[in-house]
Amino acid sequence: MNKKNAAFYGFIGILAAITLAALTIIIGYILMNGLTYINLEFLAEEPRRMGKEGGIHSVIIGTLMVTGVGILIATPIGIAAAIYFNEYAKGGKGVAVIRFFTEILAGIPSIIFGLFGFAFFVIFLGMGWSVISGGLTLALMVLPTLIRATEESLKTVPMAYREGSLSLGATKWQTIVKVIIPCCKPGILTGLILGIGRAIGETAAVMLTVGGSLRVPTSLFDSTRTMSVHLYILSAEGLSREKTYATAALLIIIVLMINITANLISSRLGGTYGN
Amino acid sequence: MKTYEKIVEKLIILSAAATTISVALITIFIFQSGLPVLAEYGALEFIFGATWSPTNGSYGILPLILGTLSVTLGSLVIGIPTGIACAIFLSEILPRKAARAFKSAIELLAGIPSVVYGFFGLVVIVPAIRNFVLPIYQVFDSDASATGFSILAGAVILAIMILPTIVSISENSISAVPKEFKEASLALGANKMETIVRVLIPAARSGILSSIILGMGRAIGETMAVLLITGNMAKIPGSMMDPVATLTGTIAMEMGYASPTHQQALFAVGIILFIIIMLLNIIAQFSMRRLGGKTG
Repeated sequence: MNKKNAAFYGFIGILAAITLAALTIIIGYILMNGLTYINLEFLAEEPRRMGKEGGIHSVIIGTLMVTGVGILIATPIGIAAAIYFNEYAKGGKGVAVIRFFTEILAGIPSIIFGLFGFAFFVIFLGMGWSVISGGLTLALMVLPTLIRATEESLKTVPMAYREGSLSLGATKWQTIVKVIIPCCKPGILTGLILGIGRAIGETAAVMLTVGGSLRVPTSLFDSTRTMSVHLYILSAEGLSREKTYATAALLIIIVLMINITANLISSRLGGTYGN
Repeated sequence: MKTYEKIVEKLIILSAAATTISVALITIFIFQSGLPVLAEYGALEFIFGATWSPTNGSYGILPLILGTLSVTLGSLVIGIPTGIACAIFLSEILPRKAARAFKSAIELLAGIPSVVYGFFGLVVIVPAIRNFVLPIYQVFDSDASATGFSILAGAVILAIMILPTIVSISENSISAVPKEFKEASLALGANKMETIVRVLIPAARSGILSSIILGMGRAIGETMAVLLITGNMAKIPGSMMDPVATLTGTIAMEMGYASPTHQQALFAVGIILFIIIMLLNIIAQFSMRRLGGKTG
């Protein structure tokens, strides 16, 4: 019996250790190989010879623009949708259906978003391979994340706050804007940050909608390339070992910082209302 | 003021409907772009055709389906036991503080972009398979493909990628098992291991099942990681050392240079993928809802 117990716990312990090891090895390996190549030149110079030489300046600009457009479009819609679920909807079939489709949207793989973005934004709406096509596609992809995070934090706002505001004569909308949303700032911020993280790391959908130009985009209708697409192209074509590791390391650093920030904010949020 | 608020309210309702509208638009556009090829080529021939050679006009996606299936099954074989073990470790064995740290580590794993996993697989897993696993394998099968780009490489990376999904949902459902179940089992003289295996896991099974289905959905839909490490050969695989092309990888790789008909065929591949993922997600949602009703 004791042997059986030891084997059971040993098995579980080993598998858990392997999981932690996998995480450490992946992050450690890429940082160790890539950090040395990240320098001012890499960040500030334009890529030369398809990215073989030079830096990734235009790629960083492209990433910022595509992600920015996506988040700017998704944020108001996501917050409004969460407000609807938590403050307006009174249950019922309609809400259940909308919730169901929000979950479905969250489960759609990125390559399908890419195909859709290509068929709808790039071809049907005639936006071409561009920052705006990629941004709109990303907006759809991060919407469920934003809605979920905002809704979670709306739920933590005590009922008494709403009642207090309404009993002072404020309208429902005034209560939402002046009382409820300010209380939810950390939660909304967490959702935003996680959305940005997802948008920056997204590759397949962006690849099919922004094209892959290495020039600095000057308008929303220019083609561009994001860091994750750049990483894919560099590694698929074996262009430059050094630049590939540097790009991967930079991506990991950004994503780690984003996740840690989101964690910090949401753990601080946990203490806001006592229980 | 009143009319202003009414407009705002309408806008809020419209925003809430945005996700539903998006799903509808996605469905319409994927099907509209892919159906012509399916109709012209014949759905059965498309799905069961054994040759994918778009330049010669043959669009049989059986090799792609088998590619996706083999990589996904491989990742589940590795990912399910590891994920459930981690979930048990987190909810029943580790002290609360350590469990919280472990959990945020696993969340970090979920945050790493898939293209980074793919790159890691390309520079670490593929060479490791070529240098360490292949020599052993070739003792039994001397014809084995020798590049390391293989089902095995894809399965290993996908297993790591689906772990966060399996661990977090399984852990939640094990933790949600009512305390009384555990106490009753211990009071009856069962030890901790017996309680975990015979009481907690069976009681949490619908949550664990949903986590597996969602993980499977993630594995099937994953693109960039698989694209970089499975070799992208649209051939029916014979062993786990063979390179394969998956549904997602083929779309991502060929979309850039495809001719119009070829593009439509890729959209048709998207339709098949879309249907598979939808079915999995719907099953997962229903089994999760059943779980919610049981413990709540």
